[in-house]
Amino acid sequence: MSTRRTTPRPAFLVIPGSVALAFLIIPLLALLWQAPWGDLASIISSPLALDALRLSLVTSLTATAFAAVVGVPLAWLLARDVFPATRLVRAIVIVPLLLPPVVSGVMLLSAFGRRGFVGQYLYSIFGIQLPFTTAGVVLAEAFVAMPFLIITLEGAFRTLDRRYEDAAITLGASSWTVFRRVTIPLIAPSLLAGAVLCWARALGEFGATITFAGNLPGVTQTMPLAVYSALESDRSAAIALSVLLLAVCVGVLVALRGYYLKGSSA
Amino acid sequence: MTITFDASVTRGSFTLSVATEFEPGTVVAVLGPNGSGKSTLLRAIAGLQPVSAGSVGIDSVVVDDASHVFMPPQGRAIGLVPQDYALFPHLSVRDNVAFGPRSRGAGRRAASQLADATLVRLGISDLSNRRPSEISGGQAQRVALARALATNPAILLLDEPLAALDVETRDAVRAELDIHLTSFAGCAIFVTHDPLDALLLADRVLVLEEGRIVQDGTPVDLAHQPATTYVAALMGVTLLRGSAEGGLMSVDGGGGLHIADATVVGRVQCVVRPESVTLHRQQPEGSARNTWQGIVRSLQPSHDRVRVLVDGEPSIVAVVTPAAVAELGLVTGTPVWLSMKAVDLAVYRSPAH
Repeated sequence: MSTRRTTPRPAFLVIPGSVALAFLIIPLLALLWQAPWGDLASIISSPLALDALRLSLVTSLTATAFAAVVGVPLAWLLARDVFPATRLVRAIVIVPLLLPPVVSGVMLLSAFGRRGFVGQYLYSIFGIQLPFTTAGVVLAEAFVAMPFLIITLEGAFRTLDRRYEDAAITLGASSWTVFRRVTIPLIAPSLLAGAVLCWARALGEFGATITFAGNLPGVTQTMPLAVYSALESDRSAAIALSVLLLAVCVGVLVALRGYYLKGSSA
Repeated sequence: MTITFDASVTRGSFTLSVATEFEPGTVVAVLGPNGSGKSTLLRAIAGLQPVSAGSVGIDSVVVDDASHVFMPPQGRAIGLVPQDYALFPHLSVRDNVAFGPRSRGAGRRAASQLADATLVRLGISDLSNRRPSEISGGQAQRVALARALATNPAILLLDEPLAALDVETRDAVRAELDIHLTSFAGCAIFVTHDPLDALLLADRVLVLEEGRIVQDGTPVDLAHQPATTYVAALMGVTLLRGSAEGGLMSVDGGGGLHIADATVVGRVQCVVRPESVTLHRQQPEGSARNTWQGIVRSLQPSHDRVRVLVDGEPSIVAVVTPAAVAELGLVTGTPVWLSMKAVDLAVYRSPAH
């Protein structure tokens, strides 16, 4: 007689687990169910929606690029323990991740507002004003989203086998060549994953943006702000825009299914 | 290029402290157990690990003096074959080999041509378009060697060059590596924990234990006069220490042995080859001058022989055939008699340590 080994399915795990799944899936279905499918095309192609979508894509991609250019080096420095207090630096990096986004917005105003810590000099010396501008949106999104990229990349740099870099150094490569031709290609999958997380967070950014950059259509009104504004006047438009954002996210998830949908089962 | 190494490297509670020279045209094996500092020595020569005290010189140039002089690896004319080879997985074999010349300023085409020429020289030009994931371990070893040689280094460093290979390919790759190391004009230094690699490939073997050189000699020196119990165990022999006088050696820990050479006096070491020890169930009669009793502690099969560890005064390893194990009825705990001729004992003065 043989006993068949099956995975146990205890009720005390199955029931709450099913609740969690239902909790995640019901709003999704509700949104799709309430979507004004007939008017969807006209709502989405309205100038307001197209402006918001364009602005969202431009700012979130710019914020991600900025985060990559300065965040990847910071992740490397963190991974190689070059700071006297790596744990403190890491804590500072994680703060925007935990902070309510509206607080991040207030902090950005204190720093880069017209009378802010840095902003007053930017304004008086260079005439640069960041709040209530598209650049301000990029700043708010990058501030909130960059930690995702840095934390992902730090892990990748830490687990990277140092022998590849050692080999490259002994072959005569400068540190820039090693970084460009060995380190970055080896961590490319993590760079992509970190950039996508960062971009998704930037795309969805609301609190810091509305606090620091306001809600000016065509200038600072990104998709989430447009959804919020529409909710007060035209509920079906809000739902239509939400469906559009959902479609963008599902599209990214499908494109990167190798990274996020891969289970551990063989 | 002669390497003059007289330095120590401290990492945590571990200190490597070595003073020696490496001559061009000589293949040196650095042999030692895990954690003995072998790789640290290699990394210090390469410049991947700055020394904590002392200095490292390449020819007459000091490349690291533990304070203000430190020449980075890029300036040291070294070729490194890292452990497990560390071929760049995202580059083809040709681009791996071209990496060094490219990094040292050659143009794309010149570097590629140099890589192709190196691959031809090592007989692996058919691999040039493959990725490292598409080649075997033995091929990867050759590619790593080609990559290191493509920059025309004066010093070739190999970290466990054969450890990643399975037993079947190991012999073939070792024979081939032997040819390349022998024809290499500069200093070739490789790290290994396998005595066979050291004995077959090296002209000179440095044995490291706990960060210090315990023996520095030719493979023959190691086999005939192992300096420590570790080296003796690697060579498959028993090392006994004691003091000799008048043709008799009293062994540390108990027991006495007749030795052939009555002129050796003072602190001595003595190598007992396991083949020269005979085991008996009864007290033997014969010409062997050394007979004593012991108890079998363990039996280890090794190829077509069985190594028998016998506790006694002195304790010793003997090698017998499986048939003899059966005839003598040897199991753990069996009382046995041991016999050995005095002329089979290689006695030499203890090295001063």
